[in-house]
Amino acid sequence: MIARLQQVDKVYANGVVALRGLDLDVGEGEFLSLLGPSGCGKSTVLRLVAGLGEVSGGRIEWSGGNGRPGDIGFVFQEPTLMPWATVRKNVLLPLTLRGVPPEEADARGREAIGMVGLDGFEHAYPRELSGGMKMRVSIARALVTHPRLLLMDEPFASLDEITRFKLDNDLLALWARQRWTVVFVTHSVYESVYLSTRIAVMTARPGRTASEVAIEAPAPRDETFRTSPLYNEYCRSVSARLADAIRS
Amino acid sequence: MSSLPSIESKRTADAAGAGGLDTTRAAAPRRADVWGGVRRALPPVAIGVAGLVAWELLVRVKQIPYYILPGPLLVLSTLVKDWSTLYPSLLVTLAITGAALLVATVAGVLIAILFTQSRWIERSLFPYAVILQVTPVVAIAPLIIIWVKNIPLALLICAWIVAFFPIVSNTTLGLNSADHNLLNLFQLYGASRRQVFWHLKLPSAMPYFLGGLRISGGLALIGSVVAEFVAGTGGVQSGLAYRVLESGYTMQIPRMFAALLMITGTGILIFLGLTALSHLVLRSWHESAVEREG
Repeated sequence: MIARLQQVDKVYANGVVALRGLDLDVGEGEFLSLLGPSGCGKSTVLRLVAGLGEVSGGRIEWSGGNGRPGDIGFVFQEPTLMPWATVRKNVLLPLTLRGVPPEEADARGREAIGMVGLDGFEHAYPRELSGGMKMRVSIARALVTHPRLLLMDEPFASLDEITRFKLDNDLLALWARQRWTVVFVTHSVYESVYLSTRIAVMTARPGRTASEVAIEAPAPRDETFRTSPLYNEYCRSVSARLADAIRS
Repeated sequence: MSSLPSIESKRTADAAGAGGLDTTRAAAPRRADVWGGVRRALPPVAIGVAGLVAWELLVRVKQIPYYILPGPLLVLSTLVKDWSTLYPSLLVTLAITGAALLVATVAGVLIAILFTQSRWIERSLFPYAVILQVTPVVAIAPLIIIWVKNIPLALLICAWIVAFFPIVSNTTLGLNSADHNLLNLFQLYGASRRQVFWHLKLPSAMPYFLGGLRISGGLALIGSVVAEFVAGTGGVQSGLAYRVLESGYTMQIPRMFAALLMITGTGILIFLGLTALSHLVLRSWHESAVEREG
């Protein structure tokens, strides 16, 4: 278990109740998707798990004790890069902030840039990159600290479908090799079924988990899975659960 | 850890889409830059030359006396003839302008940093910065000249009052406009206030600050010229504004025009210099300094 949320409420200062009585376990090594309608508080869950805000009620526990989330990588919906810094400097940011010695930081930066397939672009500026490449930089930055937990907030939502499929596959390949835990927020049934080992379906605001589905599909997943009857079956059942959750 | 499979094709496709990072940009557009520059400069230069010719013709045909309106050629020859009087005055005005801009920059940035430490400080002090800004310097210059015995210092203060506001207001805006998600990210990685400032807020504020600096450069010159007018200093310490005044009193209108020409020229040079500085600092990343593609 990496993190456990029990009966979590979140009320924002402007009175909006984002979450009410949310229960969620994040297990070690799983690829967990949070699926729900927009505005249901998926991003709020992610921010709370990251320790970027206080719960209004209930509790969050992180494994490893000391009440802190530990090493986390965060990927936002937008690439969120520093436009004045090169790819290399953007990727190295977490290490720079922690004062990691330059030689070590350099090696880990190269490794992370290699993992997302951006070798040769170390000295490019974000504006010189395509949307998909910027997202890759953002992922490399999240991976550079070797996090146990990778939080992704609709990371590919603003990309075109071809690029998104490509990044989905690359992300799966990386995850299969590295086996960090991933919590992935999405509003796409298809993307969540394709990527996840487990899907938590959320209700409309105030959000809580309506149901959970384990996706038991053979690894490694690839394009043959995307066109298989099993995939269709899962998509159908998850869609039905999502429709239920929105209605309730 | 090796790179992902099948990434090569993606990379080349992306590189083509990104405008060809290292090939196309380097060689081809450089020559186009020069020609583009000449082409862009041509229309304003043509207008200027036409205006000057028309002015000279008007003066000659209508036989306007030089003490009403001197022709451009006369102004130019006066500029050369009176260089020994005008040049020291130019240096005086330049010194005050430069010093005022320097102090305005340092003080402006420091005040902006102070403002962004807390909303509370900003709310308490910002109105007074506005008051100082909207009070016409002509109106307060006499007071400052009475209070401050040292004339160059008084002039400097006047020019500073005019010049510091754009830097304060722009830099404050810039420091406050750092991307919120980046702020979250810095928080997530446990960045200290100092790190947030140096690695995030300061670079975010740079384009705003440089925009303010460009406005302040011109204002510093205007401020020092206005203050000189009010002070009306004579003797060795007199700047270009005093030369304009003096020429007016003694009906040396061509010299007045020559001094005016120098003031305008100085303003243009300051603007071009600061524009170049802005371009130099921002050229690698900011939209304002980057050629649009396509």
